[in-house]
Amino acid sequence: MATRTSGRNALTFWLFVGPFVVGLAIFTYLPIGWSTYLSFFDARNTVTPTEFVGFANYVDMLTDEAFLSSLGTFSVFALFIVPVTFVLSLALALGVNQIATARTFFRSVFFLPFACSYVVASLVWKMSLFSGVDHGIANAVVGVFGIDPQAWVGTVDPPLYWFVLVTARLWLQLGFYMILFLAALQRIPDHLYEAAWVDGATPGWPTFRHVTLPQLRGASIAVLTLLLINAYQAFDEFYNILGDSRGYPPFARPPLVYLYYTSLGSGGQDLGRGSAGAVILALLIAVVTLVQGRFLRFGRRES
Amino acid sequence: MAVARSRRSFLSLAGMLAAGSALAAACGSNSGREGAADGVLRQWYHAYGEDGVQEAVRKYAAAYPDGKVEVQWNPGDYDSKVLTALQRSAVPDVFEAQVKVDWVRQKQVVPLDDLLGAAKDDFVPVVLESQTVDGKLYGIPQAIDTQAIFYRPSLLDAAGIAPPATLDELIEATRALNTGGVRGFFAGNDGGVGVLTPPLLWSAGLDFLSKDSKTVGFDDPRAATAFGKLRAIHETGGLLLGAQTDWSDPGAFVQGLTAMQWTGLWNLPKIAEAFGDDVGVLPFPKLDASGKDSVPVGAFSSMVNARSGDVDAAKAFVKWLWVEQTDYQVEFATKFGAHLPARASLSEKAASLREGPGKTIVELVADSGRIASPAAWSARSNTALMDAVAKIAREGADPTTETREALTVAETEIARLYG
Repeated sequence: MATRTSGRNALTFWLFVGPFVVGLAIFTYLPIGWSTYLSFFDARNTVTPTEFVGFANYVDMLTDEAFLSSLGTFSVFALFIVPVTFVLSLALALGVNQIATARTFFRSVFFLPFACSYVVASLVWKMSLFSGVDHGIANAVVGVFGIDPQAWVGTVDPPLYWFVLVTARLWLQLGFYMILFLAALQRIPDHLYEAAWVDGATPGWPTFRHVTLPQLRGASIAVLTLLLINAYQAFDEFYNILGDSRGYPPFARPPLVYLYYTSLGSGGQDLGRGSAGAVILALLIAVVTLVQGRFLRFGRRES
Repeated sequence: MAVARSRRSFLSLAGMLAAGSALAAACGSNSGREGAADGVLRQWYHAYGEDGVQEAVRKYAAAYPDGKVEVQWNPGDYDSKVLTALQRSAVPDVFEAQVKVDWVRQKQVVPLDDLLGAAKDDFVPVVLESQTVDGKLYGIPQAIDTQAIFYRPSLLDAAGIAPPATLDELIEATRALNTGGVRGFFAGNDGGVGVLTPPLLWSAGLDFLSKDSKTVGFDDPRAATAFGKLRAIHETGGLLLGAQTDWSDPGAFVQGLTAMQWTGLWNLPKIAEAFGDDVGVLPFPKLDASGKDSVPVGAFSSMVNARSGDVDAAKAFVKWLWVEQTDYQVEFATKFGAHLPARASLSEKAASLREGPGKTIVELVADSGRIASPAAWSARSNTALMDAVAKIAREGADPTTETREALTVAETEIARLYG
């Protein structure tokens, strides 16, 4: 009887989990394995290569200045975007949490952009908000302050395109991380604040520093990890704002965009070098995440 | 014991699922290889922007007397789709694209030399050449596309300048025609890097590759000089950037955002409609007396997939449509947008090409046409060169250093292909 129940449980378990395991295996693990395999071959325009080249593709990618510069650029980008998104989304969450009236309304307002497609947002940013023509919205705004119209996306010196890219990214992502923080904030028990108050902690910074922030540790680590991985995996808004049918300029080029053009772009699919680059990028993300985890003592049991 | 048994049942179920999915995957790849075995040829086109092309090519396919041809219209990223299909699939049997040397090396397309027959001399030679690798022809050109500088003579008159005949005059014109509201020149939102790199090389009398494709064609200090001129155009402040439409669309020019625009011949009908007689056409001007005027010539050609279930039937269809049916070829090239027929004898039949800018363009192609994307010029070399020109023109990097770096990559690629 016990056996039968557990058998049925097992069946139910696999009915729910099975399709996802199969999907994960076919669409995630198989491609990862295959691409690692391809990275050791001269695989141009073929996924069943025959010419084994050892680590040649890796050497090639690690001496490819364009790839290295994109890794460098996006490491700097990560150093900038991770803290900025973290602080802004936390501030938003604290603000929305403090509001007494219409909290649900504000929560939805800030979360809604996350539901917007990256591609649609990119096109709005590129063609409507930051269009380079004189009557574009951003140019109309700076015109009020007597500044000449700018070709936002097209201006390299100073690199105004970063302003377009970063604002688009923040607009799209802040709401999501705000929701994560908000959920964590609402789980902090009131009695902790009461105890802190009794112990003489004044509301405001001391309470935030000694009660709220430590209680948000789990959420903070999750947010930081996600932000870091997202920074290195940047693709959508960059590709749609700066890229076009002819290719992508050599600045603000995310590693994934470079790899996309290398392995799948028109005019020649170099899957060997592309796969080697993908493996290098995956290792870099893993290492940086581990370093960050060590730094934040990720995985330490919460006291 | 109960636990052990149920774990075994997990495993067997998992095994079944795995086997099932392997079977499904196998079926999936099998069905891709049927191809023309059922007697139907599959033909692919990219999505032409002009109205009526889709109906026309379906009409041609339906009229084929010796078999059934199914046309697939492919909106979106057509190039990547073809690349992916060529790796494993028997579909499409016939498709349009520009011949790439890697496809020939991987034996993904078949030679079509035997289809031309007596018509061979009628095809524009430079276009046939662009579809030829190692002496064999892999695609039958369908129609010729070209690009040129379109300008408004009235605006040039108002600024008191003549149509630019050298690169320096183009720089001057870009500066002189910039009145703030109307910019001087537009060549794409990337500042012309994508489309002007080839004509910049030609303006200095150079090219991507040497005539025999065995060496790089821009191992010369004049290449850096020419790329430096694009930087000078950027520095005039008269270049339009950040328009809502790109160079391939007549939008910026027709809306009066720019006095000159580099764009395709295919936009001529819309431009003529907007400005009537106030339209002039120029080739990309030469760098100096030892350089050359140029217009890039590109041709989508009809190719046959080597994995097709019936290569001979596919070739027969290509021969019927793109060699024998001259009426269809004229209609395809000239009725919807403005393209040039791939054959010299057919240009005379098209009314739109007998006068005005259309006539000028036919002459430009004949006198100054250059292959925009040689089959042996690989994607990697192209990325390296575009990166270099982008850094020079947009960031003000040193032309000599950047050009040298692109040259190194291109030489490595040549060594891979012919080494």
